[in-house]
Amino acid sequence: MTAPVMAQAAPEAAVQMRKTTYIQAVNEALREEMRRDESVFILGEDVAHYGGLFRVTRGLLDEFGPQRVIDTPISEQGFMGMALGAAAVGMRPVVELMYMDFTLVAADQIFNQIAKYHYMTGGLIHLPIVVRGQQGGGKRYGSQHSQCVEGLYAHFPGIRVVVPATPYDAKGLLKSAIRDDNPVVFLEHKMLYFTRGEAPPAEVEYTVPIGLADVKRTGQDLTLVTYGYCLLQALEAADALAARYGIQVEVVDLRTVNPMDTDTIWESVAKTGRLLAVHESYANCGVGAEVVARAYEEAPHLLRAPARRLGMAPVSIPVSKPLEDEILPWKQQIMAAVLEMMRA
Amino acid sequence: MSASISPQILPSEAETRLEVQPLPLDRLQQMYRTMFLIRRVEESLLQAAEEGKIGGAMHTAIGMEANAVGAAHATRPDDYVTCTYRGHHHALARGMDPGQAIAEVMGRATGFAKGKGGSMHFVDPEHGLMGANGVVAAQVPHAAGMALAAQLRGEDRVALTFFGDGALYQGVMHETFNMAAKWKLPIVFYLENNRYSEMTPIWRTSSVEALYRFPRAYGIESMQIDGNDVEVVYTAVAQAVERARAGEGPTFIEALTYRLAGHMAGDLETYRTEEEKALQRQHEPLMVLRNKLLERGARPEELEAIQAQVEEEVQAAVAFAEESPWPDIAQAYTDVFYL
Ligand SMILES: Cc1ncc(C[n+]2csc(CCOP(=O)(O)OP(=O)(O)O)c2C)c(N)n1
Ligand SMILES: [Mg+2]
Repeated sequence: MTAPVMAQAAPEAAVQMRKTTYIQAVNEALREEMRRDESVFILGEDVAHYGGLFRVTRGLLDEFGPQRVIDTPISEQGFMGMALGAAAVGMRPVVELMYMDFTLVAADQIFNQIAKYHYMTGGLIHLPIVVRGQQGGGKRYGSQHSQCVEGLYAHFPGIRVVVPATPYDAKGLLKSAIRDDNPVVFLEHKMLYFTRGEAPPAEVEYTVPIGLADVKRTGQDLTLVTYGYCLLQALEAADALAARYGIQVEVVDLRTVNPMDTDTIWESVAKTGRLLAVHESYANCGVGAEVVARAYEEAPHLLRAPARRLGMAPVSIPVSKPLEDEILPWKQQIMAAVLEMMRA
Repeated sequence: MSASISPQILPSEAETRLEVQPLPLDRLQQMYRTMFLIRRVEESLLQAAEEGKIGGAMHTAIGMEANAVGAAHATRPDDYVTCTYRGHHHALARGMDPGQAIAEVMGRATGFAKGKGGSMHFVDPEHGLMGANGVVAAQVPHAAGMALAAQLRGEDRVALTFFGDGALYQGVMHETFNMAAKWKLPIVFYLENNRYSEMTPIWRTSSVEALYRFPRAYGIESMQIDGNDVEVVYTAVAQAVERARAGEGPTFIEALTYRLAGHMAGDLETYRTEEEKALQRQHEPLMVLRNKLLERGARPEELEAIQAQVEEEVQAAVAFAEESPWPDIAQAYTDVFYL
């Protein structure tokens, strides 16, 4: 993998980087922001005493106490609505959904309430809320525990949607999300949790701004726009395509789906003339469709070939391994899509 | 913390004292057979998971078997049942073929849902199991809808829905309680209170201690029973079902029980002590029933023979599942719509 491009406010080059896991990066961001700002607190199932089902909030109860790290009952709609209430009066709740699929259990509070409040109140009330948790397939959790929901969130105005792929970006973006005065959904992926990457040591302050894409691999043949766990799959696919076919794919990591940094995409497409958007959520009416549509609306002159999208097939997610493997738009599917576009 | 939400309380300390009519010995032996079958299937699944043969989230009901078997015996095959992702025991109690069950959990083509649903989504309409659900409490209104359908069609079927202690604080539970009570739906709400909601003990998040008193606010009759004594479970469910069939509306049963295995396969169980588990093992359902059977004159050899038979059946079921083919890739794209 190529080294991450340093974002704004990145630490001095002199800082010695260290390897860390994605879980650790998210945990550190939470810890550091809670130290920095007393109004930040955490709500969710199993988050306090157990430290989170995926151990992302581990140790936070010990440091910050039960007033700031709160074990909730299984009442997603209730505690999501409470996040709205607390945020409206000056707190900064970070809500963990154990599986992002349960967005749909809390949907009224998220989409009818949180997303609209600032607008409906004519700007009188703003809501600094972070909703975070893990999503995605690959571990055979089946139809109700494997969905990717960034497209759903991105459909609604009023919520920023962040989907970081590396520990470095996860930490920097979560800090930005917590400091942001708007609702932000922060989407982790179960396949990313134990991945490792370079990041500055804990306590070396940096943030990654929301709304800025990052070119994770350079190439002149095709622009592949992706984010989240698909980034890792895309980078593997790109390396394989280079080794086997000499095709050089430029991989743009969106990092943020809403707002979308199209400038970075067009800059890349200006060079390659080919655009493929890839994600694990459904292709149908999804983020990739949005990328492609914007390309035709805003930068059609850059396209030398039809732009394409690749996403999850329009089926619920099956448990059976060969069936799940079949529908996940990962490395093999990415390679096939790129080859098809290059041969067209 | 005190009272029945504490994991230190044994199911035998439940507050409602039912008059239990002893069941005939052969019926109890049949129940023992099914309970032992469930136990062995669950243990085999845990072992297979440890060997990497099962992915995803798999929740077993080891220690909770009596709830399923007592309730299955107290309902008819044409009654409707919904339950949670912790649902293997309910499916097996109602008669699902163990081979199909294990194959489904392993994602094989011979599973009851062709490997698409897996452990969390057990379903067997032929035996009245209309679905297990991965979303906490979602199955409860489904059962109420089945009860409503039975009422609308003038049938004397009842719906029985299982849920955990953690489900009580989903809003949809309360919406359903109210409608079920107001419309006198033929439904039995069955709470399997195993004292934990994932890794969090229920006392930490519940403001109510005696969970069974809750639905009384809606005018729903309720009781708290020993969910580890199959005869007690049978009696309670039979009473509730009789009321429902007679048009007297819903009943809420809180069954005290305890899950002896982890929340799901791979759970390291750092949130509870060995002492607590040892205490609860003193009243685990298989032992309770075994003692009862021996007291009432069953011979140990008879029980051993049952166990040996079940053992063989389970081994055959595991072998069937493991030798079953994977589903054809084309299956990934079917079943989106009913055609
Ligand atoms: C709406 C929803 N929120 C969270 C979860 C994650 N989750 C799965 S099981 C569980 C605990 C449920 O506890 P309980 O109802 O007591 O049932 P038990 O697992 O003990 O049988 C949780 C929080 C879920 N499946 N659905
Ligand atoms: Mg429970």
